[in-house]
Amino acid sequence: MNTLPNSARPSTIPFGAPNEQLANLAAQLRYQVVQMSHRSGAPHLGSSLSCIDIMVAAYWSALRIDPAESGHPGRDRFILSKGHAAPALYTALAARGFFPEAWLDTFATHGGHLAEQPAPHVVPGVELATGSLGHGLPVGCGLALAGRIQNLDYRTLIVLSDGECNEGSVWEAALFASAKQLGRLTVVIDYNKWQATGRSDEVLGLASLRDKWSAFGWDAIELDGHNIPALAAALAPRGEATGRPRAIIAHTIKGKGVPFMEDDNNWHYRIPTLEEVTQAAQHLQTP
Amino acid sequence: MRNAFAKAITELAVADERIVLLSGDIGNRLFDEFKERCPDRFHNCGVAEANMIGVAAGLALCGFRPVCYTIAPFVTYRCIEQIRVDLCYHNLPVTIVGTGAGLAYASLGATHHSCEEVGMLRLLPEMTVLTPADAVEVRALLADCFKLTGPAYMRIGKKGEPLVHPAPLADLAIGQARSLRPGTDLSLLVSGVLLPIALQVADTLAACGIKAEVISFPTVKPLDVQTLQRCFAAYPLVVTMEEHSVLGGFGSAVAEWLADYPQPSSRLLRLGSPDQFYHEIGDQDEAREHFGLTAPAITQRIRTVLNR
Repeated sequence: MNTLPNSARPSTIPFGAPNEQLANLAAQLRYQVVQMSHRSGAPHLGSSLSCIDIMVAAYWSALRIDPAESGHPGRDRFILSKGHAAPALYTALAARGFFPEAWLDTFATHGGHLAEQPAPHVVPGVELATGSLGHGLPVGCGLALAGRIQNLDYRTLIVLSDGECNEGSVWEAALFASAKQLGRLTVVIDYNKWQATGRSDEVLGLASLRDKWSAFGWDAIELDGHNIPALAAALAPRGEATGRPRAIIAHTIKGKGVPFMEDDNNWHYRIPTLEEVTQAAQHLQTP
Repeated sequence: MRNAFAKAITELAVADERIVLLSGDIGNRLFDEFKERCPDRFHNCGVAEANMIGVAAGLALCGFRPVCYTIAPFVTYRCIEQIRVDLCYHNLPVTIVGTGAGLAYASLGATHHSCEEVGMLRLLPEMTVLTPADAVEVRALLADCFKLTGPAYMRIGKKGEPLVHPAPLADLAIGQARSLRPGTDLSLLVSGVLLPIALQVADTLAACGIKAEVISFPTVKPLDVQTLQRCFAAYPLVVTMEEHSVLGGFGSAVAEWLADYPQPSSRLLRLGSPDQFYHEIGDQDEAREHFGLTAPAITQRIRTVLNR
């Protein structure tokens, strides 16, 4: 896996690093997912790029996790419910030391470590097999409920795609979480305005997502999903075992960081050529 | 059976703090004692079965042993993909209990019937499938579910099913069939609540000089293949009985085994509901009559096959 010139390797960026370093880290992770798509021929690059800043804010400012104790009962839980963006999760986990960064080179290859979409127990740090949409939040409700029964104060963070909010199970879970007052549950919706084949507000009536989550009893806020400090502030612990769960509607751009991919839904499926990888690197090193 | 389930799960949960009971908004007052004794481990998940399965998966990932309880078609058909992905793919120890299974709610229409769900659940890797015949079998098998390392589905009736077993079956384990009476001419292998009818059939056949061994087969998956081996070696006729479609259920499981391990001189007769909905207005007994699942109808079919 190549790194951008004049940049620190992602694995050297510590939890809680200053914002400038985190912005640089996000660029590095974006370059990694572009290379992973090119090498493996695996699609959904636009979907991975749109949630990189969310991953950085979660893994470098919010989640209390320790790669040395990836099964610790008190650890914070993270589920990437939009499993098709698995490269974004894998790059974050590798950089946080859950497995060797070299494994990213084996992404989606036979005999490798990293399945194209997360499989059960595929690598340490992956809490749930995802890829079929609408599963992460119901399971996240179970994780949050378990913490309350066990009197543990861990938090549960679930990242959904906007297209995923088409699934009825998401809204079943939203009703459950507010009724049970799962105050340590947080959802981030990567609202990049596209789903596989169309504008997500046109395919189904998603707007207004904030009003919907509010109406379902959640503490719903909206922010720029590429503003890492804003994400970090929104993800900061609120410490309530019971209370309204939090929904963060993160406005994002599909393909973010690579101008010729931004808001172009062809990159839901397109695979970058070697030349396009080089172009992407040039854009990413001078954001 | 559902009262037996409620009592048993309460006793088990008092002794085992890992047990959490999730209900799909049914069982009004049924779980009052559970709620009183284990208040933080009962959760009504509402009429939202897909979410209930996901919640159970999350609890199981944290070391709990959840039970999901609602009417059989809703806790299976409605959320089959959640069962497959959340429970089976992750091989999580969650027990699904479907009440009013088969034709127990015949009068409510086919929305409430479940004559296909054993077939659906049986197809899923890691899944154990249980079809107890009476309250005694429910108690024995439910306790055994919490020893499993993966998911299980148990279909039960509603209330008032006749007791077949006179005393608790402490030694009945998942995967075991249980012979209730010996025979010489055929065996009746029964999966579930038709067991009392099978005993009536055996009585009637005995009066005609035909001796049928009656075997309860409360585990459809994994099959007790030793008992199958013995029956197909010993009898010229083996009959399967279930309140479930002849497609996909217990009879199909036996037929699949027989296809893989052909036995030289035995015939298999599969009795169950046909590949159709019950469109009449009628209760469970009337639906059984419609589908030929009464003692006289079954007796007649067997005598015709045996030509005796």
